[in-house]
Formats: sequence, structure tokens, C-alpha cells
Amino acid sequence: MKIAVFVKQVPAKDAPLTIVEGNAWIRETDIGFEINEPDSYALEEALRLKEKHNGEVVAISMGPDRAKQAIKEALAKGADRAIHISDPEFYKLDPLASARSLAAAIKSENFDLILTGLQSDDQGFGQTGVLLAELLDLPHATIIMAIEATPSGVKLKRELEAGWFQWVELPLPAILTIQSGINKPRYATLKGIMAAKKKEIATVDRKSLGVSDAPTQHIERIYVPQKTKKTEFITGQPKEIAAKLIEKLKHEARVL
Amino acid sequence: MKILSITEQRDAKWNKVSFETLAAAQQIAQQTSGSVSAAVIGKNISALADELAAHQLDEVLRIEHDLLEKYTPDAVTIALRQAIDFAKPDLILFPHTYQVRDYAPKLAASMGKGMIGDCVAYRYENNKLIFVRQMFQGRTAADVVFTGDAPWIASLQAGAFRADLAAKHASGKAPVKSVPVELKPDQIRTKPLELFREAKQAVDLTQAPILVSVGRGIKAPENIALAEKLAKLMGGEVSASRPICDEGWLPMDRQIGSSGQTVAPKLYLALGISGAIQHVVGMKAARTIAAINKDANAPIFEVADYGVVGDLFEIVPALIEELEKHQ
Repeated sequence: MKIAVFVKQVPAKDAPLTIVEGNAWIRETDIGFEINEPDSYALEEALRLKEKHNGEVVAISMGPDRAKQAIKEALAKGADRAIHISDPEFYKLDPLASARSLAAAIKSENFDLILTGLQSDDQGFGQTGVLLAELLDLPHATIIMAIEATPSGVKLKRELEAGWFQWVELPLPAILTIQSGINKPRYATLKGIMAAKKKEIATVDRKSLGVSDAPTQHIERIYVPQKTKKTEFITGQPKEIAAKLIEKLKHEARVL
Repeated sequence: MKILSITEQRDAKWNKVSFETLAAAQQIAQQTSGSVSAAVIGKNISALADELAAHQLDEVLRIEHDLLEKYTPDAVTIALRQAIDFAKPDLILFPHTYQVRDYAPKLAASMGKGMIGDCVAYRYENNKLIFVRQMFQGRTAADVVFTGDAPWIASLQAGAFRADLAAKHASGKAPVKSVPVELKPDQIRTKPLELFREAKQAVDLTQAPILVSVGRGIKAPENIALAEKLAKLMGGEVSASRPICDEGWLPMDRQIGSSGQTVAPKLYLALGISGAIQHVVGMKAARTIAAINKDANAPIFEVADYGVVGDLFEIVPALIEELEKHQ
């Protein structure tokens, strides 16, 4: 089974975010980055499928130079090779232009299965997998919590809302978006990190792919959202805070 | 502006977010001197179409076909493409449900269009429609506009608009039009099988008057006991955000949020929960929300009535001590 997994590099969960002047994006200097959490589950799922059914796992990441770090991590965890689609101004692309670039970069590879996380923790459009399905004319399923190979393709457990699930079957090749919690992602071993140094990273300049990046939507500005509720902040030493909070919950909100 | 509001149903039961979207479509139409139609998709949907027609709409589009009985992204995309060609709307609004996430971007791409997904608000300024969506898990917001020609496609987050504001038809009933749909079985690549829920829920969090809920800030499974002790003293139950259940630190039936349970207790005490959108949609209806988090900018404070910026491992033991003192 030849498997592609898309991993995006996003700001680390605890990274302090400041918005740059002009409100176009966040300041990227001095913050840590990590593999987008749902994508790390997709990577783990790809590695497990390979271990079970043989084949190859190719990790693909689009982004500026820093995205190489995410790629190296994927290789250290067990991906066989990687493609870095390089674009220093990647954040300016809208979801359709991003997906067109990814589709163009992998079209000739003829993967059996393409995996990605269901959404990114930065822009959070949650569209990449579904857009790729249309652009590559492949069947797809989203928010996947289990993958089983069948003689004719894959059987998948899709998560629906409010605790419901559904089994669906798809022929291969297909595109799946993976939900967090489908597995327990592994850590890279020292051996894996050493082995990764010999693995191939193909770098493709995104602009050389020749796809249209005419935007369909434009982010005018990003900003810290206005509060919808007036929060009363309680301050002091832990003991004082506890006493004040209990007092307020009992006598002001009357919920204790 | 001619707006088409898409609804969602399964086995003749509405996904109620559909009516929030309908209400938003009516508000946008009013501000832009436009009109609203609504579409219902499926098989045996005449009763649903009539129910929809009781709202203030220009018309209801009934998109009906045997192959639309069970949802598949292929069938719904093909059918909606035909309905869009038929009705020629300028703006197509979707409820941002799991199902819409599964097909709407594909539908948009098939027309060479983009989609602004998961919007929480809109503004109409200087003849320009601006959609507001969250980024960075709710830590920032973004104003987004469409570029290029209509039709424009957007989806609206659950809870962002009020379904009870959906206006009823002023004089009876909007006309229902059947959209001719051409669909063939070989166009559908997904084979949908059975729907199911996981093993019976051991606890019904929707009935708990008080929830003490833990997020990533709890750090390790052995620390859950601290939250359990506090919940017990308060007469409530322990719940969690998704990462805690993904880690297996608490069972899945204790998960609050879009993929877990939606609750509205008297008191929701969030411990070390950042407040990502997917969590907040499940608990924002709580009567009182208190949050303890070390990050003053955590989005949970946007919905909290009471906030404590600090270390939960200092505050929670103090709360336990305070409650024990008064027992």
C-alpha cells in the first residue's frame, strides 16, 4: 500500500500568539512549532497501515523552511521519504489554492491512500482533505476513527455528531481525514532519528507547480476576539481566591 | 442578494442547526434587500418540505431522489450542483455540521469556488458582506471576505445564530418546488453502512447539575482524582475536553463538545481547559461558567462568568479545603 500523509506545521499549543502590525498574520519569530495534532494521528495511522500491509509512507508538508522540522520528525517516526512543498508566504494561500498545490505536487505519485488530519489547529479551515478529493477525483471520507482493509478497499468508522458513528466502505485509491484519538501516536526513537538523516526529502518550489493561487477569499484582518461575556476575575492568594469563588457561586450565582 | 439556505435531516429528523442558518439567511437578506430560499435534501421529504415552507421564504427547494435516502458526499454534491444551477443563488449558506464539513468544500471546489467555513458572525458594511471566523482554536478571530464572482459559499457554526429568531411566513406558506435531480448509482463511490453508538453510556452528564471539567492543564492521569474530589464535594460529576478522553484518562462518555455531549448544567467549572471552539459549543449553555486557567488569554474566559488566572494545582486544593471547612 502506497500511502501519502499530509502533515502541517502549526504554532505549538502553548505558544504565545501576537498579531503582526497590519493584522495579516501572527508573529512567527520566537515561537515554537509542532506537527498539527490531527496530522500526527494521521501519520501514526499511515505507519500502522504500512506495518500491517507493507508498502511505503510518504510524508508531505507545505510551508516555509521551518516545515522541514515537521518533515524530519515524520521521517524519524518511520515515514520512508518526504516531499517539502516550499513557500515562504504559505499562510497567504486560501484553502482552495493550498489544495490545488498539494494535488499538483502528488498527482504523478498515484498513491493508494492519502491521509491527513481533519483540520489544522492554526487556520482551522478543515477543508484540505475534502478539496483534494474533488481535485484528484477520488472518493473520500472524513473524521475517521478506524480503518480496516477489505478485499475491495477500506472499511471506515466515521465519527458523526453527539456520540454517533457510522461504518462506510470505499474503494481505493481514496482520501481520508483522521480524527484525533484514533490511535496513540508513537515517539521518535534515537534509532529512528539517526535513520531519518539518510532518508530523501524532495523539495519542490510551490510556485514551480504552476497552479492558480487566485484567492477565492481574503482575510482582511485577524485580531483578538471581543468578549461576549463580562468575566469577573478573582485574584489573590489561592486561599483567598477559593473563599471568594465559593462565596460567589453560593450567594451571587446561587449554583452551589 | 439571493440566498439559498441549506438544511440537514437524517431519517426525517432535522439537524436543528439548520434553523440557525435559516435565521441568519433571513437577517442577511433583510440587510441586503435580498431574498431567501431554503433547500431540503433526501427521500420522502414532502412533510419536511412543508414544515420548512411555514417559514418566511421565497420558496422551498425539494431535492429528492431515491439515491439521496442515505447520505453520501458524492450524491449530495451532484444533487446540490443541479439545484444551484436551477435556483442560481448568489450566496449559499450551510449549517457547519459534520456532514457539511464532509461535502461542502467539495461542492465549492467543483464550481471553482471557495468556502468560508465555520463562521460565528457576519457584518454588512459599505455594501460588503464580511464573515467572522475563529482561528488558532478560538484564540484569534478573522474578518474574511469573498473575492471573485458569485455564488459564494459559507457555513455557520452551531450556536452562532438563534434558531428561535427564524421568521415564520407572514401569510401561510412558501411555494415548494421540486428540483429535477439526475443521479446514477455508479456515480456514488461511498457505500454507507450502519449507524451506531458506542457501548451504553455509563453516565448521563446532561442530567448533572454541576460539572467539574478537566482539560490538558490537568497534565497527568493521576491528577484527575483532584477534580473528582472537588466534583464530589460540589455534588457534581467529572467531565473532560476531548484530549483527555483521547488519552484514555477518562472514558469517552465523559467528553463534552461537538463530538461528545452537549450540556447545560447550573455550574460548569472548567479546570485547565483552553476553550477551543469544539469544546465551547458543548458547554456554553451552562447557567454559570467558572474557569481556572494559567493563560489569561485562553478563549475559555470569553464565555466564563468567573475567571481565575492561576495554577489549578494551587487553586483546586484550596477550593477543596474551603468546601470541607463548611461541611
